[in-house]
Amino acid sequence: MTTEMTLTQARAALAQRKISARELTTAHLAAIENAKVLNAFITLTAERALAMADASDARLKRGEGGLLEGAPLAIKDLFCTQGVRTTAGSKILDGFTPPYESTVSAKLWQAGAVMLGKANLDEFAMGSSNMTSAYGPVINPWKAKSGPAKGRDLVPGGSSGGSASAVAARLALGATGTDTGGSIRQPAAFCGITGIKPTYGRCSRWGIVAFASSLDQAGAFARTVEDTALLLRAMAGHDPKDSTSAAIPVPDYAAGLNGGVKGLRVGIPKEYRVDGMPEAIDKLWVKGAEWLKAGGAEIVEVSLPHTKYALPCYYIVAPAEASSNLARYDGVRFGLRVPADDLIGQYEATRAAGFGREVKRRILIGTYVLSAGYYDAYYLQAQKVRARIAEDFTKAYERCDVILTPTAPSAAFAIGDQLDDPIAMYLNDVFTVPASLAGLPGISVPAGLDAHGLPLGLQLLGRAFDETTVLRAAKALEDAAAFTHRPEPLP
Amino acid sequence: MALDEATMRKIARLARIRLNDGEVKPFAAELDGLLGWIEQLSEVDTAGVAPMTSVVAMKLPQRADRVTDGGDAAAILANAPETVDGYFVVPKVVE
Amino acid sequence: MSDNLIQGETGAWEVVIGMEVHAQVASKAKLFSGASTAFGAAPNSQVSLVDAAMPGMLPVINAECVRQAVLTGLGLKAAINLVSVFDRKNYFYPDLPSGYQISQYKQPIVGEGVLVLDLKDGGQRAIAIERLHLEQDAGKSLHDQHPSKTYIDLNRAGAALMEIVSKPDLRSGEEAAAYLEKMRSILRYIGSCDGNMQEGSMRADVNVSVRKPGGPLGTRCEIKNVNSLRFVRQAVEYEARRQIELLEGGGTVTQETRLFDSGAGTTRTMRSKEEAHDYRYFPDPDLLPLELDAAWVEKLKAGLPELPDEKKQRFVGDYGLSAYDAGVLVAERATADFFETVVDPKGKKRDPKQAANWVLSELFGRLHKDGKDIAQSPVSAENLGGLLDLLADATLSGRLAKDVFAAMFDSRRPAADIVAERGLKQVTDTGALSAAVEQVLAANPTQVAQYRAGQTKVIGFLVGQVMKATSGKANPQAVNALLHKALG
Repeated sequence: MTTEMTLTQARAALAQRKISARELTTAHLAAIENAKVLNAFITLTAERALAMADASDARLKRGEGGLLEGAPLAIKDLFCTQGVRTTAGSKILDGFTPPYESTVSAKLWQAGAVMLGKANLDEFAMGSSNMTSAYGPVINPWKAKSGPAKGRDLVPGGSSGGSASAVAARLALGATGTDTGGSIRQPAAFCGITGIKPTYGRCSRWGIVAFASSLDQAGAFARTVEDTALLLRAMAGHDPKDSTSAAIPVPDYAAGLNGGVKGLRVGIPKEYRVDGMPEAIDKLWVKGAEWLKAGGAEIVEVSLPHTKYALPCYYIVAPAEASSNLARYDGVRFGLRVPADDLIGQYEATRAAGFGREVKRRILIGTYVLSAGYYDAYYLQAQKVRARIAEDFTKAYERCDVILTPTAPSAAFAIGDQLDDPIAMYLNDVFTVPASLAGLPGISVPAGLDAHGLPLGLQLLGRAFDETTVLRAAKALEDAAAFTHRPEPLP
Repeated sequence: MALDEATMRKIARLARIRLNDGEVKPFAAELDGLLGWIEQLSEVDTAGVAPMTSVVAMKLPQRADRVTDGGDAAAILANAPETVDGYFVVPKVVE
Repeated sequence: MSDNLIQGETGAWEVVIGMEVHAQVASKAKLFSGASTAFGAAPNSQVSLVDAAMPGMLPVINAECVRQAVLTGLGLKAAINLVSVFDRKNYFYPDLPSGYQISQYKQPIVGEGVLVLDLKDGGQRAIAIERLHLEQDAGKSLHDQHPSKTYIDLNRAGAALMEIVSKPDLRSGEEAAAYLEKMRSILRYIGSCDGNMQEGSMRADVNVSVRKPGGPLGTRCEIKNVNSLRFVRQAVEYEARRQIELLEGGGTVTQETRLFDSGAGTTRTMRSKEEAHDYRYFPDPDLLPLELDAAWVEKLKAGLPELPDEKKQRFVGDYGLSAYDAGVLVAERATADFFETVVDPKGKKRDPKQAANWVLSELFGRLHKDGKDIAQSPVSAENLGGLLDLLADATLSGRLAKDVFAAMFDSRRPAADIVAERGLKQVTDTGALSAAVEQVLAANPTQVAQYRAGQTKVIGFLVGQVMKATSGKANPQAVNALLHKALG
């Protein structure tokens, strides 16, 4: 049995008892075994997966079963999983086994999903290449057919690189991710799959290792828009344990998916036309607009004037919050401890050894921008600029219903490239960060290949809590693009 | 360079991250570069703009005053590197 | 205020004191978690995953803590801020698991208010309150369990505290203690804090500086965790002397945090606070601004209980009590309620001054001797009222009443039962008393002669003799009248 089917196909096959959950899970575990070279997983939970699959089979046999009954998924290793080691891709959480289950993963298990394992990620979700993981980089299953990256291993994007790589390589039917500044949408684009970041407040943050609390949002990866919609529906919902979780009912996202885009106003933000963007991406963007127009949508030019300030704004807000969120990793209650004679020495040694370079860089810059004398100039100003950026979107949505942009300014690059220059690395998120700052939903849909045969994604952004429209437009885009390319299967 | 090594050491100390002598300079240079790039935010006219306090338009939810948690010291202590008699243990702190 | 000055070698010094009172909010669960706040549990047994700052844990605010903070603010006649913000105060310490304390920095829930201080001389002084904010308590560090280790118990971590900050309006250790006492009284009236200083439910940080009278403010030192009224007096007095000696010796005061050593009655530099702090406050992104409904605040205000100042005023005005007596009676709500039950049980109005005297001297004296508080009094307010009724209708003399009170205290029984059982009823019958009067007059011719010679004071002696002869059961007024008549 192969792992080629989509989540939707698998659901049907399972419901009709054409396949069993155990068979499906076994096939995925075998695929993972065969794809070790990708390093997509930090922890495999094969035994638990089979036990969960058997339980699913028993429920299916009784004619029961949840929305995702028997569907094998990868869980980004930022979601705390009860009794299963959780690392956040960092040495500082060495040996940490949570005595609790994150709300989002708990909802998935409640819906009948099967956990294959914990997917690799950038350390504390800080990165756009998955190269900051303490458990080694993840490899993108796609290979360049030509160009400078030919013959080299490519990054899957980040920070949810393991999740994206696993779904693209058919190691899981879907996966969870988290998106703080683009950590779902950018790797989805790099790996040629679909990834959605819902509105901030749509999915509970409870039990997800925090990076930047005002930006972090859980979301889903899958190989089709419909699969993504199914996963999101199972993950989303109000959680009284998260004060920022919205008490808004979750619609049946898959229901209106084929409604088309007739009459939909699609905004094209002129500020997203950045210098040095590869021609292939620009062309794809134009094509995307044409596809939607052909489907009956109205294309309008909109302006998001503060776009260029989004990245510097993000690189104040996110590190500032992170510097505080990561203070709890102090070697006292869990995780790594590097003993020293005095307490401060122990703190400093533990955190020096436990955090990688990128995490240290962000903690240090976050500490700096919050420190006495700098708060107003940096943090306060950034939160004001952020309000401006959010206002830009509010105004734009007076003229349109969704916004279409490229997901990332490049295709996947080779491992090792860009690592030396943090700003160049941060620019990967130039198109994804603004919506993160405004808390708005966004999806990346694979829409074409670049000249070297690497996938490119288009991003659709929507109004707050209007994932339904975003998904419907994404489905139209997916249908029009008819993206059937896939990475070469591993030998 | 605006961000000097002494400041870098001070910040690292505040963040409780030990930097080797060899790390101070490169971190200071990187942070200085980032701060220079971030500087452009000062161009934005934010007069009269209220800083963003929450992304979602909702009121802070409040919970009822009920004891719903605790009572499981073993779970709280399970991941600790060092415990004695139900306490977490750290090197002696002089008050 | 001049009597508050301290004489140094170079002249008089004025002490300037500001207080930060930390009062644990009376709530079942913690400020941002569902763990219990009960005192004295096994270590780390009242800790939620949130309190232990496990990865991914999030705070959700306890509505009761918000309500109590607003009530307290209203009790302090303070402005209630309808929008307030929770900030993170960042610093590393092992009993602060998340590495930050959730507190309120720039926008506290309660703004400026006032606390009226009752001075020893009967006067009053208004002490300005700067603010009240809600924050999390830290855990407990035990430094004395092991020679090279500190043990951490997080049971208290995350409990709700109200930090109530005064302006630097206090001028002596005595005043500082009186401030704390009054604050405790108000909090207990409102029910927002049990005021138990021994269990740490109420603690004070005391900011002390000295200056030449009328001069600019001096550099202040903050004395941490002073947890009794006596210690507040001691700490201020010691610290003021230390600073004066330092300044008069040509030195300067360094702004620092000091720890009060209750054993030695001294203060010393806190080593853990030596490092310059930079708390990097910023709004907690896990929480939204706290918005209160104005109508809700008004409703709380309307439901506020009568507070000590108003009650005192009423006791002076309605009952004619002295300011001092009224002040003592209202300090604890239970005492004030007890007193009012004695004076004014439905429709029946007893003599308030007499009632106050009995509560303050007899009852308090005996309770104090037995180490009991008013709630544990074996003599109920109803029974004390019954005793006063027997005094009022002349069934009992003052002396007999005291005996009966003692018996009531020991037996918990009503006065009437004891009087009936022991046959203590006062003799007012003129016929029965006349015989005793005649006997006494006959037995004391010298005093009778003295009286008739104009030394009328001697009648007191004669009354006493009659009382003795009747084993104290005679009604003194009746005896008096009979004697006057006989001596003509």
